Amino acid sequence: MIDEGLRNELSKQGVVVTGFQDLYNWGRKNSLWPMQFGLACCAIEMIATAMARFDLSRFGSEVFRNSPRQSDLMIVAGTVTKKMAPQVVRLYNQMSEPKYVIAMGACAISGGPFKQGYNVLKGIDRFIPVDVHIPGCPPRPEALLHALITLQEKISKETFTGPGRPRHLDPNAPSEFPIPVCGPDDLTPPSNPEVWRPPTMVRED
Amino acid sequence: MESLEEIKARVEASVTGAAVEIVPNDAPCQQRSLRVGREKAREVAEFLRDDPRLRLDYASNATGVDWPDTVTKQKVKVKKQINGVEQEVEETLEERKPGCLEAVYHLYSMALKQGPVILRVRTADRMQGVHLPSLTPVWRGAEFQEREIYDLYGIVFDGHPDLRRLLMWEGYRHHPMRKDFVEPDDYEYEPTPHDEVLEKAKAHYPADGGTQGGTA
Repeated sequence: MIDEGLRNELSKQGVVVTGFQDLYNWGRKNSLWPMQFGLACCAIEMIATAMARFDLSRFGSEVFRNSPRQSDLMIVAGTVTKKMAPQVVRLYNQMSEPKYVIAMGACAISGGPFKQGYNVLKGIDRFIPVDVHIPGCPPRPEALLHALITLQEKISKETFTGPGRPRHLDPNAPSEFPIPVCGPDDLTPPSNPEVWRPPTMVRED
Repeated sequence: MESLEEIKARVEASVTGAAVEIVPNDAPCQQRSLRVGREKAREVAEFLRDDPRLRLDYASNATGVDWPDTVTKQKVKVKKQINGVEQEVEETLEERKPGCLEAVYHLYSMALKQGPVILRVRTADRMQGVHLPSLTPVWRGAEFQEREIYDLYGIVFDGHPDLRRLLMWEGYRHHPMRKDFVEPDDYEYEPTPHDEVLEKAKAHYPADGGTQGGTA
């Protein structure tokens, strides 16, 4: 690594010195291609974020793609029902690596107001790894912008090697996740234990 | 708009064998409805749609009702021989009324700007005889709503062009809007449980913090 003082000295002279890793991450973080994919009311907020008033394109992620093959960011915007969950996981599996997930809104992160219902999945993080959760019902477009900036910061901190490396550089990390099946009562399995486990709660009495 | 009694009389005059019954409503709205027998429901529906004075051409809403089995208890005084002496004894008679499922249609006339007329059709029971004639061939707008009723209540609509489940998936064996539906007990954890959810979630929270009580 280059010495910080020397780097500053060189930049004053108009010489930019950087590492390949920083350049690589800088390119990746500013060219996220989200998938055009919405499930419920949060999708309307996502559309608003992409429109002129909030203008998602200022942050380099305006190219909403219709195909999972061409996208590397999945914004799970809205209520994921148990009927829809297999399709969401399948779309995630079809996306190209490196890929990221933003769970947008109370329903996508936990089931939201429908958590105690019989037909809503209690959070998409039960089946696929989520990078950024956005609370809110629905979140404002600013919250989605903030989530994107948070994700960009996360990408820019990724390293080529070591435990902080992204999943696509780890040969042991899976790029595909098992798709749940709609069973007679519930999804089977109801969650992927490799991705999510319920926190252990202790009764107070 | 004609009164419900007039409609009932004209339906019975035009459709032979149609058992029409006016269902009273004690609620403040006093909105009464017509209950028709399921054998002639299709003909009655066609009459309501095509009659020039009614022209009920729009089914704005179709939904279901689950009427569970009811047991009414009645106390009756009966004379009985007890130890050779005739005595008057109070006995409770239990009357069991089998439940049924009901489909309700709200009908309006776009042509004559009138309505609603509420049409009810009942199934034979809640188990095997859950068949009703589909009214989708009469009102196309009932298609998705009859699919929803089929999904959530389990009424099978004979003659429906595309009877598949709408909200739940194929292979799901329950009908969630039925009164006897037991919701899944999949409370692994609740961040802030209260009331009923607290009671249910307690079973999944071990007091000693040991292994997880239930599984999803």
